[in-house]
Amino acid sequence: MTRENSLVSTQWVEDNLDADGVVFIEVDEDTTAYDKGHIKGAIKLDWTTDLQDQVRRDFVSKDQFSALLSERGVANDDTVVLYGGNNNWFAAYAYWYFKLYGHQDVKLMDGGRKKWELDSRELVSEIPTRPATSYSASEQDTSIRAFRDDAVAAIGVQNLIDVRSPDEYAGRLLAPAHLPQEQSQRAGHVPTSLNVPWSKNCNDDGTFKSDADLKALYAEVGIDESKDTIALCRIGERSSLTWFVLKELLGHANVKNYDGSWTEYGSLVGVPIALGDEPGDA
Amino acid sequence: MCGAKEGGLSLDGVNVAKEAVIQGQVLRGDEPVGNAYVRLLDRSGEFTAEVPTSASGHFRFFAGEGDWTLRTLAPKADPVDRQVRAAIGSVAEVTVSI
Repeated sequence: MTRENSLVSTQWVEDNLDADGVVFIEVDEDTTAYDKGHIKGAIKLDWTTDLQDQVRRDFVSKDQFSALLSERGVANDDTVVLYGGNNNWFAAYAYWYFKLYGHQDVKLMDGGRKKWELDSRELVSEIPTRPATSYSASEQDTSIRAFRDDAVAAIGVQNLIDVRSPDEYAGRLLAPAHLPQEQSQRAGHVPTSLNVPWSKNCNDDGTFKSDADLKALYAEVGIDESKDTIALCRIGERSSLTWFVLKELLGHANVKNYDGSWTEYGSLVGVPIALGDEPGDA
Repeated sequence: MCGAKEGGLSLDGVNVAKEAVIQGQVLRGDEPVGNAYVRLLDRSGEFTAEVPTSASGHFRFFAGEGDWTLRTLAPKADPVDRQVRAAIGSVAEVTVSI
């Protein structure tokens, strides 16, 4: 993967608003943002209701994902272009999710909703209707999804990239100040994990930094490209963005997103935890 | 952002005694800017949070004690940085003109 086939610009989107076989989907942390105005023709996915099982702590199943996209009018061969607020935070999560269920052609709009707005491009209120399809999701591609045992096994062996803020990593905070729910039982980080806050991947306008800057960022913290990598955060969404950077933009070979992340790991009985600003020992 | 009133956001429901609130309004001349983005940067310049302004141009953060920078991005305007000091139990009101 490269920047060319995983990212499109806001100008590309404006030029392709009416293109056949292209579906624009807004996925926002603020699930009401779409209702205040969205890119013409775009549909919405709600990460809290559409993409999460409403009983178990897990994703919707392959069959539920197939039914969801069929009902929303997304076809298997469509080009799906995702965008959202907050540096594409939740759009990147949806990107990873589409890849997990085997959708071939997915892209992020570089800069997301913020760049679109800062460019003074049009937002509309009309909600499009798309004819239903017969979408068929693949089995989950677990080569990009890490589970708790993978995280434990990676201590001192693989690259563990913790993308939370420095205060969460050190154990001084359990969650971002504006998101008080979904806390773990214990604070801290997985020993030997490196802290690279997700926001460091992006420019102020929400676009991704250049490949050269991103490479320098990860080289500086000492990521070992000969090893596999697991990205984690608190609930697996911010780490989706870092997964996107490492896997899709920089082309690292084996990168997984640990969606259970710290809310799961920090509630496990008996696993090692490091406190403070340093990675700690295996 | 409901409950916004002239002169500042309503603090109904906020336990000010426990929070270090930074809030304010983005204006272009006398007009509120409802499509701006305000970023909260810590004392080292590191990104901490970002919120879009409300229709009335208002924004709010629950920060920690200390010095912060508000960086405001809006269409057709250069970014504007404003320094602000937050303290638990007080509300730092900031008007950002772009």
